[in-house]
Amino acid sequence: MLPVLSVRDLNKSFVMHAQDDLALPVLRDVALDVAPGECLALVGPSGAGKSTLLRSLYGNYRPQAGSIRVRHRADWVELVNAEPRVTLDVRRHTMGFVSQFLRVIPRVATVDVVAEPMMRLGASPEEARRRAEFLLGILGIPERLWSLPPATFSGGEQQRVNIARSLIADYPILLLDEPTASLDVANRDGVIDLIRTRRDAGAAIVGIFHDVAVRDALATRLYTVDPPGVQA
Amino acid sequence: MTSPLLSVQGLTKRFGDRTACNEISFDLWPGEVLGIVGESGSGKSTLLNCLAGRLTPEEGSVLYETQSAGIVDVHHLTEARRRLLARTEWGFVNQDAREGLRMGVSAGANIGERLMAIGARHYGDIRRTASDWLERVEIDLARIDDSPTVYSGGMRQRLQIARNLVSNPRLVFMDEPTGGLDVSVQARLLDLLRGLVDRFHLSAILVTHDLGVARLLTHRLMVMQRGEVVEAGLTDQVLDDPQHAYTQMLVASILPV
Amino acid sequence: MPDTNQDAGSAYNYAYLDEQTKRMIRRAILKAIAVPGYQVPFGGREMPLPYGWGTGGIQITASIIGRDDTLKVIDQGADDTTNAVSIRRFFARVADVATTTRTEDATVIQTRHRVPETPLREGQILVFQVPIPEPLRMLEPRETETRTLHALSEYGVMQVSLYESIARHGRISKAYNYPVLVNGRYIMSPSPIPKFDNPKLDRNPALQLYGAGREKRIYAVPPYTPVKSLDFEDHPFEIERWPQSCDFCGSTESFLDEMIVDDQGTRQFICSDTDYCQERQENQRQEAERQEIRSK
Repeated sequence: MLPVLSVRDLNKSFVMHAQDDLALPVLRDVALDVAPGECLALVGPSGAGKSTLLRSLYGNYRPQAGSIRVRHRADWVELVNAEPRVTLDVRRHTMGFVSQFLRVIPRVATVDVVAEPMMRLGASPEEARRRAEFLLGILGIPERLWSLPPATFSGGEQQRVNIARSLIADYPILLLDEPTASLDVANRDGVIDLIRTRRDAGAAIVGIFHDVAVRDALATRLYTVDPPGVQA
Repeated sequence: MTSPLLSVQGLTKRFGDRTACNEISFDLWPGEVLGIVGESGSGKSTLLNCLAGRLTPEEGSVLYETQSAGIVDVHHLTEARRRLLARTEWGFVNQDAREGLRMGVSAGANIGERLMAIGARHYGDIRRTASDWLERVEIDLARIDDSPTVYSGGMRQRLQIARNLVSNPRLVFMDEPTGGLDVSVQARLLDLLRGLVDRFHLSAILVTHDLGVARLLTHRLMVMQRGEVVEAGLTDQVLDDPQHAYTQMLVASILPV
Repeated sequence: MPDTNQDAGSAYNYAYLDEQTKRMIRRAILKAIAVPGYQVPFGGREMPLPYGWGTGGIQITASIIGRDDTLKVIDQGADDTTNAVSIRRFFARVADVATTTRTEDATVIQTRHRVPETPLREGQILVFQVPIPEPLRMLEPRETETRTLHALSEYGVMQVSLYESIARHGRISKAYNYPVLVNGRYIMSPSPIPKFDNPKLDRNPALQLYGAGREKRIYAVPPYTPVKSLDFEDHPFEIERWPQSCDFCGSTESFLDEMIVDDQGTRQFICSDTDYCQERQENQRQEAERQEIRSK
């Protein structure tokens, strides 16, 4: 199957201006392809740059050189040095991101936090809320919490809210950064089920899974991110 | 998304020898919320005032695509046209609500003014619209005939927003809209603004020195230092992977909570 | 037109003001007539009476009056108040004009706070004394800003004041100095006449001149110019009506003053326009006499 995400010659380093312009190279000449139905697990030692790669794919970090191309609305779109509105449109329609940390929006009810990406795609509030409640149910968030803002939730609850929010819009490409960290076994299995369902329905997934059981359950392929200096 | 709503080219504003904004160029697309961040004196408020036609730049142009009359250069419009634009297709939210409100008249009249200015002459309709907007900005309808002098700071700011949005503007300029408010009041206002921007598909340019406000409300950021745009990009890019020394310093200066 | 000869033996110029001043004021008047409702600044002079006593109106009257004119002066509709009498005497002396209390006979009528009940005709000039010429003043204190608002026809704020009145009182409570739109262009203060008189300003055959002495502004409504009182569709402009009729002449049409006439609080309603009231009483007396003769 043809890839929907294609990375070539990707290079990223961080330059710390406060420390005499110290340059920290992180990614060097990364190249990978991901096709629909695939789940690519990024592996490598801590500090190798897995998270940096994942964030670069989402357009959150800005690589210095190389190419990240995604299949977006029947076109190929280059994300390196893309206009903000292009990246935003890709995020809105094509690419979802699950991070370990939920950015809490003050005062917004959990169900609306989850429903928002779907409403942005044009779904009615009722439809989006129904779907949000369904996902929250599967992920084991008690119904009494749905109308509350997630700010005061436990780490695990926030994590699951975040997963629900990222999965509600059925993005063709999913980026997962430790989606099951801080979850207990029961909830972990629920999350695995949801992601596997998305994968089998044709989503292309790139993820970081420290938990080997989770990785084994989801990954179809591994990609090793070498620490900087190994290749040098 | 066929063409930019606002297109700024080579905008330069000087005050005597001092250059407040130097050669600034950018496009704002429909539905985008652009944040301009930087410390006091960086030129961000001056830039905002130049964009909104309140200050005249020495060089450069500000092109705006009007609803019906094509693209106009904001600084080559007659004063009449510019003021008409400012009270129909645009909004301007001041940091100090007293500057943006008519403090001598009731909340309902404050909201209704734009409607009356463009010819609304049915009291009942004007009042109904004012009531709708009070509800949207979460002000108790019983306060419709109160003067904003007896409103709290947060309520005044929400009233100012309603007064601006009642004419369904396409572009809203905001100068530190949450400045000077208590943190809890700020949060409520931010959330409200976020919802309104989404719901009415507003484009907005927001000046703030608060990176948290920028993170929550804006899609894109321009970082200004001494009249120059030193860095620009998606809001999360700029805040999570700052490239310029000044931006790195700004981001590093945020107090953790 | 005015006679420019100086009266023999008089220390004053004809109609008190010197010819240069009158010419300057006439130019302002012409400009005001050319742009109905627009406030024209003029170089107002010190007059031999204080501001608030009609200095603006007097300067206009002095600039347009001639020996052939017949002058009537009213104050709140009355010809016999101190102010009206003083101004009438002043012009009889310095301009050598005939004076009258009859609206029909006058060619120039200087007025404070009323428009006569008797319909005016072509050729007559009504001169208003104006305390505050700027209708937007109470809403927008900055003169530079009010001028811009007029220039750009940005009149939302005027409507705001009417909205505010309805919000507070359930109706537009403004009873006098009720703002009007002149010729579809300028919003104008009709001076503190009761709103009862506003309809008379509309398409009036007489020329209306307005003079503000303290603020040195002249504005005008030429004959037959449309003058519309501002309102809302669902709160249309209305004039006041009285359940009573005039205790002297029985009129149910005119603007009535309410008077308390004794210590018991007995009230009387009588016409504010003294000439109109007397005219009617005279007619009624004559009619009664005729009836009497006929019945004999």
